[in-house]
Formats: sequence, C-alpha cells, structure tokens
Amino acid sequence: MSNLPEQANRERQEELEHVWGNLPGWGALAAVNHTSVGFRFMVTGMAFFLIGGVLAMLIRTQLALPEQEIIGAALYNQIFTMHGTVMMFLFAIPVLEGVAMYLVPKMIGTRDLVFPRLSALGYYCYLFGGVIILSSLVLEVAPDAGWFMYTPLSSNTYSPGPGSDFWLLGITFVEISAISAGVELVVSILRTRANGMSLNKMPIFCWYILAMALMIVFGFPPLILGSILLELERAAGFVFFETAGGGDPLLWQHLFWLFGHPEVYIIFLPAAGIVSTLIPVFARHPLVGYRWIVLGIITMGFISFGLWVHHMFTVGIPQMAQAFFSVASMLVAIPTAIQIFAWLATLWQGKVVYHLPMLWIIGFLVVFVCGGLTGVMLALVPFNWQVHDTHFVVAHMHYVLVGGMLFPLIAGFYYWLPHVSGRMPSDKLGRWGFWLFFGGFNVTFLLMHLTGLLGMPRRIYTYEAGLGWDWLNLVSSIGGFIMAIGVAVIIVDIVLHFRFGRRAEQNPWGADTLEWAIPMPVNAYNFSSLPDITTRHPMWENPELVESIAAGEHGLAEVQNVRRDIYGSDAVTGKIREVVHLPTNSWLPLLTAAVLAVVCISLLVKVYLVALAAAVVALALVLRWGWDNGAHPRAAPVRDDDPVDPPLHSRTCDGPGLWGMVVSLMANGTLYVSLLFGWFYLWTAAPQWSTPEEGRVALFPMVTSGVLLSLAVMIYRSAVAGLRKGQADNLALRLWGSAALGLAHWCVLVWVLLASGLRPTELAHDAVLTVALYYLLLHSGLAVVFTILQALRVKLGFVGAKLPYEPVVIQPFWVYTLGVFWLSFAVFLLLPMAWGV
Amino acid sequence: MFGWFTLVLVVVIALWLYAIRRSPTATSEARAGQVQKRWIIWGGLVLPITSMAVILALGIPAGHRMLPLPLEEGQALRINVTAHQWWWEVHYPESDITLKDELHIPAGVPLDLHLTSADVIHSFWVPRLGGKLDMLPGRTNVLRLHADEPGTYRGQCAEFCGTQHAHMKFTVIAHSPEDYQTWLRQEASDE
Repeated sequence: MSNLPEQANRERQEELEHVWGNLPGWGALAAVNHTSVGFRFMVTGMAFFLIGGVLAMLIRTQLALPEQEIIGAALYNQIFTMHGTVMMFLFAIPVLEGVAMYLVPKMIGTRDLVFPRLSALGYYCYLFGGVIILSSLVLEVAPDAGWFMYTPLSSNTYSPGPGSDFWLLGITFVEISAISAGVELVVSILRTRANGMSLNKMPIFCWYILAMALMIVFGFPPLILGSILLELERAAGFVFFETAGGGDPLLWQHLFWLFGHPEVYIIFLPAAGIVSTLIPVFARHPLVGYRWIVLGIITMGFISFGLWVHHMFTVGIPQMAQAFFSVASMLVAIPTAIQIFAWLATLWQGKVVYHLPMLWIIGFLVVFVCGGLTGVMLALVPFNWQVHDTHFVVAHMHYVLVGGMLFPLIAGFYYWLPHVSGRMPSDKLGRWGFWLFFGGFNVTFLLMHLTGLLGMPRRIYTYEAGLGWDWLNLVSSIGGFIMAIGVAVIIVDIVLHFRFGRRAEQNPWGADTLEWAIPMPVNAYNFSSLPDITTRHPMWENPELVESIAAGEHGLAEVQNVRRDIYGSDAVTGKIREVVHLPTNSWLPLLTAAVLAVVCISLLVKVYLVALAAAVVALALVLRWGWDNGAHPRAAPVRDDDPVDPPLHSRTCDGPGLWGMVVSLMANGTLYVSLLFGWFYLWTAAPQWSTPEEGRVALFPMVTSGVLLSLAVMIYRSAVAGLRKGQADNLALRLWGSAALGLAHWCVLVWVLLASGLRPTELAHDAVLTVALYYLLLHSGLAVVFTILQALRVKLGFVGAKLPYEPVVIQPFWVYTLGVFWLSFAVFLLLPMAWGV
Repeated sequence: MFGWFTLVLVVVIALWLYAIRRSPTATSEARAGQVQKRWIIWGGLVLPITSMAVILALGIPAGHRMLPLPLEEGQALRINVTAHQWWWEVHYPESDITLKDELHIPAGVPLDLHLTSADVIHSFWVPRLGGKLDMLPGRTNVLRLHADEPGTYRGQCAEFCGTQHAHMKFTVIAHSPEDYQTWLRQEASDE
C-alpha cells in the first residue's frame, strides 16, 4: 500500500475528531457528545451510590444493637428516606441511562444520539437536582417521610419544614433528565440505526433499552404530576390529598405507585439487557430465543403498568381488585422465567469461557432468582398482609434491586471497561471484590427475611431487646460492612486498572456487537465511516469491519461543511432515509439547567417572583437553542452542494424532530391522563368529595375560546398541508393568523380563569379544575410562541417551501393542545352537568 | 411455599452452573433448536404457571378466612381503634370503655376491629394474630381478628408515621371468655 492514502485517511480521521470532539479545557462543559455525557452520568451516578452507601452504613450502625441512640429518631428518619431516594432516583435510574446513552449509538452503528443538546441538559439537571437534594442533608432539613412520601405525613401539617419540598422539587428537577433521556433513546433507536439494521437484527440490548425508554415516557409522568400537586398543596394550600376539602391521601399512593412499579422494571430491563448481551459472548453461542426474549420484554413492559396496587394491599381496597392485582403481579414471573431459561439454554448450548464479568452474572442469577421468588410470595395477598412493611419486604426489595440491577451493572462495567480505557481489569482483585460483596450482601439480607417474619417492621430507628431480633440485626450489620469493603475493593480495582491494566487488544472478549468495532480507547465520533449491517452478529460474521470502518470504506466517511452528520433510517427496516445533521458543542444546556436550578431553589425558599422570572429566562434559552436549527447559518444553511439522496433531514417532513415531538407528547399525554385519573378517583372515591352548587366556569366564554383555538389549529394545519405539497403560499401570513387566533383564545381563557371564582384552597374539585386550566393555558401559550417564531423564521428564510421541517414538527403540539382542550371541556365541565351534580 | 421455592431456587442455580461447566456435544441445528425450545417452554411457561396456580389455590381460601364477612351466627365483637401520632385509642362501643395502647379481647371469638386514624396513615399489626391493615384519616377499615389462645400479644404500628414510629406499640391481652366478662364488669364499674 502506498503511503499517501494512509496519510489522507489519517487526516480524514483528524478532521472527524476535530468536528466531533469536545472543546478544550473548561469548554468540555459544553460537550453534548453522547460518549462524554453518558460517561458523566455513570461517574456521577457512582458518586451518588457511594453517598447512598454511607447512609446505609449509618442505618446498619444504628440498628446493630437494640435500644441504641447513636443516631436519634429524627436524623434516622432523614437518613433512611435519603438512602432510598438517593439510590433510586440519583443512582439506579441515571446510571443506567448513562450506560444506555454511552452504548446505544455505538451498538446501532451511529455517531451520536439524535438530540445531543438534550443529553447535556438532562445531565446538568440531574447533577444540579442531585446536589440540591443532598444539600438538604447537609443543612439537616432532609426529607424524612420515607422515600415514597406518603401524604398526609409529608404534607404541611405533619412535615412543616422544607424537607418534603426538597424532595418534591428536587426529584421533579432530576426527572427532567429521565424524561429527556427516555425521549432521546426511543427516537435514536427507532430512527438512527445503521443502514440495513432492521428491528430483528438489532442487538438485544437495544430492545431492552427501547422498552425501558418507553416505560420512562409513560411511567414518570404520574409521579411528576403527583409531585406538582403535592407541592401546590404544600406551598399554595390547594386541596388534593387532604380529606377535609374532598381530597384523598390514597390518591398520592396511586400516583406514586403508578410510577413506582414500572420504575422497578425501568431499572431491571437495562440490567437484564446487559445479561442478555454478556451471556452469548461468554458462551460463544448466539442468544437462544431472541424472539421469545423480545416478546418477554414487551410483555413485561405492559404488565408492569398493571400491578401498582400490589404495593397497597393493606390499605383496605376492594377484594376483587386485590385478586386482580395479585394475579397480575404473579404473571410477571412468566416473562422473567422465559428470560432466565433462555439464558440457561444459551449457556447449555454454548462453550463457556470464564471471565470476571461471568462471575457477576452468576451472582446476579442467584440473588435475583431468590428475590423474584420472594416477590411471587408477596403477590399472594394473605402473605402480603403479614409481611408488608416489615424487614421481609426490605430484604425482598434489596434482593431484586441489587440482584437485578447492581450485579449486572458491575458485570457490565467490567465488560465495557476496556472500551473506555483500552485496558483490561485485574482478575485477582476483581474476584476479591466479588466474593466480599456477594458474601456480605447475602449475610446482610438473607437473614433479614427472617427478621421480618419475626415481626420487625421496617423504618423503625430502634427496637427493644429480647424479641429475637437482636442477633439477626447484628449479623446483618456485620454483613453490611463486609459488603462495603467489597465495594471499596471494586473501586480500587477499577481505578488502578486505568493506570496498571494490561493493554486490551481489539474486541478483547470476542463479542458480536458493533461497539467493539470502534478503536480503543474510544474516540469522539465512534465510527470513521458508517457500515451497512446484514446480520445480528456483525463482529462474529464480518470481523473485517474493524479495518474497513477505520479505512473509511463505508458511508459518511468525509466531513461535510464542518457538520456533525449521521444517517437517519427507517424505523422498521433500518434503510437509510436522510442525513441527520446534529448540533455541535453548546453552552446553552448548561445555562438552561443552571437557570432551572435557580427556579428550583427560589421555589424552595419561596421567592416566587424570582422563580417566575427564572422560568421565563429558561424558556427563552430553550427557544434560543431551537433557533440554531434547520437552515440557520450555525446549523445547515441551504447550499448548492446539499446532498439530495439521501437528503438532509431538515429538508424533509418526517425527520427525527417529529418523532421526538410525538414521543414527548406521549409523556405529556400521560401526565394529563394522570390528572384525569385524579379527577375521577377523587370524584368516586374521596370520602368527603363535594361539588359546588353551580358551575363556576362560564360555559359560553369557554366555548368561544375553544372555537378560536379550533380555528387557529385549522389554519395552522392548512399551512402545513401546503408545505407537505411543497407550497408555501402565504405561509408567513397563515402562521401569523394562527398565532393571532391562538392568542385571542389564550386571552379569553385567562379571563375565564380569573372570572371563575374557583376556590382551589377549599375544594378539591376546584383545585383539580384550576390545575387543568393552568395546563391548557400553558399549552396554548407555548403553541402561540412557537408559531410566532416560525413566522419570523419564514421571513428570515429558515423555513419555506424547500424547508418544511419545523412547522411539521410543531403541528402535533397544536393538535394535542386542541384535543386536550375539548377533552377537558367534556370531562371537567360537561360530564359533571350530565351527571347532575 | 418456602420449601417449593427453595427447591426451585436451588435447581435453577444448579442447572446454570452445570450448563456453564458442561461441554456441549456436537448436535445438528434442528436438534439444538428443539432443546432450546424445550427449555424455554418448560422453564419459562410451564414452571411459573403451575407454581402460580398451586399457590393461588392454597392462598385464596386462606385469604378468604381473614375477611370480615358476615358470620354464620351472631355478630363479631366490635372494637374501634383510632391511631394518633404516636398512640392508640381503643374504644368499646357496646360498653363505652376507652383504653390507651391496650386491647383486651376474648379468646376464641371473632372480632371486628374498626380502624381509622386521627392524623397520618398508620397500620394496625399484631404479628402473631394476623395480617396488618392500614389506618387512614377519613376512612374506616375493618380487620377480622381471632385469638385462639388466651395470652399477651405484642402489637406495633407498621406504616411509617413520623418521629416516634418505632415506639408506637400496644399490647393485646386475650382473656378466656369468663375472664373477659370479669374484666368488662371491672372496667365498667371503674368508669
């Protein structure tokens, strides 16, 4: 081979690195690259894990001996609440999101996630939210009502301090990151896979992540709504969970567990995805029952939304409901068992090579199956009545979560370490870490089942001697400290390996998935050219991909106009449809998150004007960031040499933006449906529900406002319909018209709200109605702002007949707003009248 | 239940370990496919479904006995219990006796405890007598309880209810029916 092409190839790769790399020095904070952001999620998650672990050690110290007062009751309650909160919200979910964000683009053969700035925003919201929540512990005002914040204990009367506010506001802030990761992963997996990677050729891990991301989209909104309602109750005195005004504390439990149960599977699925990825690699045999497993994942996702009530078997709900949820809870055992046996069959068929990650996989199996079996026991109602809220449940939960999440996660860490560092982990130290952790874990929690069966409730800060719990607790505490030593060994091992690990060869474990085609340690752009995929196991069947990708023999090898380009592909077949140009490094995500942190803090210290101002600034920043899209000079201005086949995504009508909008609206719709659920629930089940004598919302103005909105949407739709046909006649005029009608609608709706005389602080009925009206106002207000900006962009030439992308993206938002308006009108105003109440 | 599940746990783990150690014999693809399908169908479908059917068959009747269904004859003795942060108010509506953190009951007789709360959510639980039931403000839940033998039983709040949750305990004293009557008369005359 001559010297010249090699030289040219090196220059080509340097250019890629330059375009895709982070800014130097502090500029790294402006990074949007999925490798950097995913890695930051994982490191931050592990830091929170250590903090949560220290809290656990404090708990075990306090409980080691009976009648101790080392930590008082008040502080103990803060500590166990924060242990649960930190582990669930600041460690388990974000760290798995980080793993998914890091791996998914590499596995599907692309260069980045589809909304890179959203990744960065999510990360900073997570970081700042986490720090705000933890600061409450330092200030000694941490939440202390348990990590599921049951009302009325968490309400103003019984938790007057700021603890609950820290929880509600902080967690909601952190959840921005979950929702944004959910949306982004769904769209990335569906729309940016390598050419030819049809859904049935997709690595199984991506199926798991797709399911997880969709579950986040549908699972988190009920909690977000619940948090907003509870915070409104605490801060503004709205009635939702107080019995006196027609609210019901059980509504909180429903909303919380509507989220809380799917959450367990949101945590379990990616971890199971790691198991399904590693086992075939170490068994040297393709995963058995790929289709069965995909089916199992989907079934699991669906069932998990139908069993939240099993956390509430002891609140006194109707027997039929208990029987239904009991059976539903047990049904989850089926897709789980399918996976366990598919893994078994893979190992059975394959010739297993034994490495450190396999040890953790076996640990996972032992611990998780045990936790799963106690789970089936708990689904049996009479047994549940006995052990609910005891240490038996504590043991079960740790078996499921540590077994089902932490063991596979550490297996995954060891497995992908060479990818990050280019070095192999140490086998010896790793084994010590495993056995200490595994042994310590079982000593701690296996006995805890017995402690619970002997009647020890959870969440008590101390207990009397002589109840038969003494030695059990002491041994559990000792086990806890052994486990902590195990964690320390693992961390030392991982840190040392960066310095002393043996250099890893390419694809060191002999894996089948595409991320191992990337040079190690990883670069900024993943693949220097984007390959076509013809098989589910590209690295087994085409190992020469490593060289041909590096040589630039595949797609998008050359950088065009200093842009970050990837392929957009068909959701099912994976055929290329467009070239998606991605935004580069940006400070806006960091700035936006910082301003959102100001919103969060000013709500905490109850300076509402500052909060409002900061919220407006945050919105302005988000709009500012949306401004640099499409044909804007900083994105992809129209040029003569624009690619035509496939075209740039911003020149099409069905790009990833539309998908992102629709998936976000699914999350948004779930939030709204949760509000409807609350309305119907309170109406039918609240002990003291009452409806005001006469309707307070004036019907005629409400209808007028609805008609104006309908007209606005009609005009908008006609503009978009024209664009889809390539016509832009009177485009700006129609957009202005639509915005003007929308604004008129908004003003009438504001008047309706002001003139309604709703008394949300006295009646739950009025409180729900007020929130519904706020919700409508927020949506139509945003739709108007978006449309005005579009009209301006038409004038500047960023939107037009050849550039139809953005108005098409916004259209679903208008349609959604309209749908929600009339649905609200029917459900909140007409239905009660028809009912005659 | 524990025995069966322990067996399942041990067997599944043993199978995995064996599958890892085992060196596979060369088999035809069709044969391999059969083996794989067999694992998934027997282990993934048949095993969990039969296990569930069995425990439901045993569990549902057991649960039925714990419900406050109408008795065949007579009525269950009614006692009202109201939870407060962090104590228990016990009230006998028939004899208008009120007690604190103490529950006197006749052994061998079904009882209906009417449970409610004056503030936050609590949960009534006497581990040796039966399951627990939450006590919610604004609602009343009925728990059917039955002490077979006279004796003293320990009860405790099972739903986290604030700072002194750990110390929210009570005592149940089950008397023989005669002793119970004596106790009732004594209490009534003390009032």
